[in-house]
Amino acid sequence: MSQYFLNYLDELESEAIYVLREVQAQFQNPVILFSGGKDSIVVTHLAKKAFYPSQIPFAFMHVDTGHNFPETIKFRDDLIKSLEARLIVGSVQTAIDEGRVVEEKGKSATRNALQITTLLDAIADNKVDCAIGGGRRDEEKARAKERFFSHRDDFGQWDPKNQRPELWNLFNGKYFEGEHFRVFPISNWTEMDVWNYIKKEQIEVPSLYLAHDREVVWRNNSWIPNSEFLVLDAKEKVEIKKVRFRTLGDITITGGIESEADTLDKIVTEVSAMKMTERGNRSDDKRSETAMEDRKKQGYF
Amino acid sequence: MKIDNNQLLRFTTAGSVDDGKSTLIGRLLYDSKSIFEDQIEAIANTSKKKGFDGIDLALFTDGLRDEREQGITIDVAYRYFTTPKRKFIIADTPGHIQYTRNMVTGASTANVAIILIDARHGVIEQTKRHAFIASLLHIPHVIVCINKMDLVGYKEENFNKITKEFEEFSSKMLTKDFRFIPISALHGDNVVNRSENMPWYLGAPLLHTLETLHISSDINKVDARFPVQTVLRPQREGFYDYRAYAGRLASGILRIGDKVTIMPSGFTSTIKGIEGPSGKLEEAIAPLSISIELTDDIDVSRGDMIVRSNNMPEAAQDIEVMLCWLGDADARPRAKYTIMHTSNEQKAMIKEVVYKIDINTLGRKSDEKELQMNDICKVKIRTTKPLMIDSYRENRNTGSIILIDDSTNETVAAGMIV
Repeated sequence: MSQYFLNYLDELESEAIYVLREVQAQFQNPVILFSGGKDSIVVTHLAKKAFYPSQIPFAFMHVDTGHNFPETIKFRDDLIKSLEARLIVGSVQTAIDEGRVVEEKGKSATRNALQITTLLDAIADNKVDCAIGGGRRDEEKARAKERFFSHRDDFGQWDPKNQRPELWNLFNGKYFEGEHFRVFPISNWTEMDVWNYIKKEQIEVPSLYLAHDREVVWRNNSWIPNSEFLVLDAKEKVEIKKVRFRTLGDITITGGIESEADTLDKIVTEVSAMKMTERGNRSDDKRSETAMEDRKKQGYF
Repeated sequence: MKIDNNQLLRFTTAGSVDDGKSTLIGRLLYDSKSIFEDQIEAIANTSKKKGFDGIDLALFTDGLRDEREQGITIDVAYRYFTTPKRKFIIADTPGHIQYTRNMVTGASTANVAIILIDARHGVIEQTKRHAFIASLLHIPHVIVCINKMDLVGYKEENFNKITKEFEEFSSKMLTKDFRFIPISALHGDNVVNRSENMPWYLGAPLLHTLETLHISSDINKVDARFPVQTVLRPQREGFYDYRAYAGRLASGILRIGDKVTIMPSGFTSTIKGIEGPSGKLEEAIAPLSISIELTDDIDVSRGDMIVRSNNMPEAAQDIEVMLCWLGDADARPRAKYTIMHTSNEQKAMIKEVVYKIDINTLGRKSDEKELQMNDICKVKIRTTKPLMIDSYRENRNTGSIILIDDSTNETVAAGMIV
């Protein structure tokens, strides 16, 4: 090594690995919240590195809204199998069937808010004391104030005005019975960093991120994929477009962008020229100015 | 964008309430083209609603609902931008006096502090407080931005007067690298682009300064310190005898073949292998996350520190610390706290408050012994077992501690080992 400093991607990688090792050391029963999206895939990749040649010492937890892209579920199952890991699925459909939550009505109804109850139930039922997420501070203004180690009270709630100060690299993961932590190892990464890293490491991601032909409907300024869950109004029509997705959420609310980027190289080039934020195509964030903050306080990811 | 050798620079911003801190950050993001169109659109709408002429750049940094409503910053917010030269992380901290703890938090990992001064008001008490905290937290570089130059007619004499005032009171501080830049965040003078209104200023604009500061020496590359986070013992085929110690190199460099001592036990061994994030390495440099194999089978666990045998930290139970009290409740005399230092965790007691610092005059008050939120004091601490310490001035990672109150689990104090 002739260069005696780390470049920024190496530094971010080492920071995330450090955080993941702290989780393993400080908590009894941590899980990785796995959505099948690129951020949780990167966290999983980092966890592999953090404990190599040991296996990842965390179980995986997926909150299944029932409104999934089929590609995401296949990707999830293949990855879990290759890691020989344990998967915990919290089902929103089950919560609806059991009457724990009531489904929204109307054309733009989503199961987004319903995930909160399912997530908190899954955390409590499985005695999880730390849920590791792929959240990044650059995603949204409420997330900009999030800690690496984020404390949740016994109702699973986040109190942004009463967070523990986080100094240097000293993370305080102490909690009382019933409370838990959310930990975000890639807090300091941006969308660009994530793609650069995926490209550098040649990490496999779901094909949805790459441009492909798909049946879509123009709604809320983006291309919403056609699916069995989508209710069309009279003016909307299904078209076939070459699209890709910048984030993956429920199939009912995740808008695609028209794109020709069908390789990682092309995605990196495209993202570096992007003029809109990645969550700009997520209708769940558009409901109000503080939509994300309100959901986070209740216990959202 | 080529990223191969770009470094990461973390900076924190400090300023009083109306010094234009949010506007400056907004200007940096806006002029460096780090803001997306949908964000600009949202801000433009809000600016119009508020009757602002053009775009209110300060709105880019508004976060939580209470902050938007009250127009203040409550907590540290992190922002990111990248230029072709570097990636930047901004810790945007509130400036009010009651938020000293937030400033300390933001400063703890910063390479650079930006201190804002209103050109109309010059050096005020808050300026001294900000400079003092930057010095206390040993931020390697401080850039003093004299803002709102447009409101004093862009005159050189105003800039010179404030620079002189600042030099006078700051000469006692530990910071070695102070720089001064006259700016107007509102109009963009000397932030990203060179100002045409101040031809007398021959230095670089703020962004260029941030892009070119020498920061690779900010982390100690001399004293190898490896706090063990966890032990890797893969119980699977091909690795049954494998045992490695995982952690992040806090400072210095370690190489295969280095003679090392495990502290506090004092056992010695030799480094047999180093595993980095992308495979085997001959040598590792801080702050890389690695795992280390030793030639001998000895007992090493979390909280231990692996160091070179010819360069060891001090193992101490009685330590002197500059303590910043962060908790809502006052410190309880002679109460026990949990102390965290690197990956080591022990119980500790504050034995004595030596003096308290008057944050406004920067004088010492040796008669005041109680510790309240935002107080900065020199204290003596006794721990149940030794910590492997360096002075904070020499080594930020092995010279820093936090205290945790076991009755609330809150982080109540941050300390810098003297």
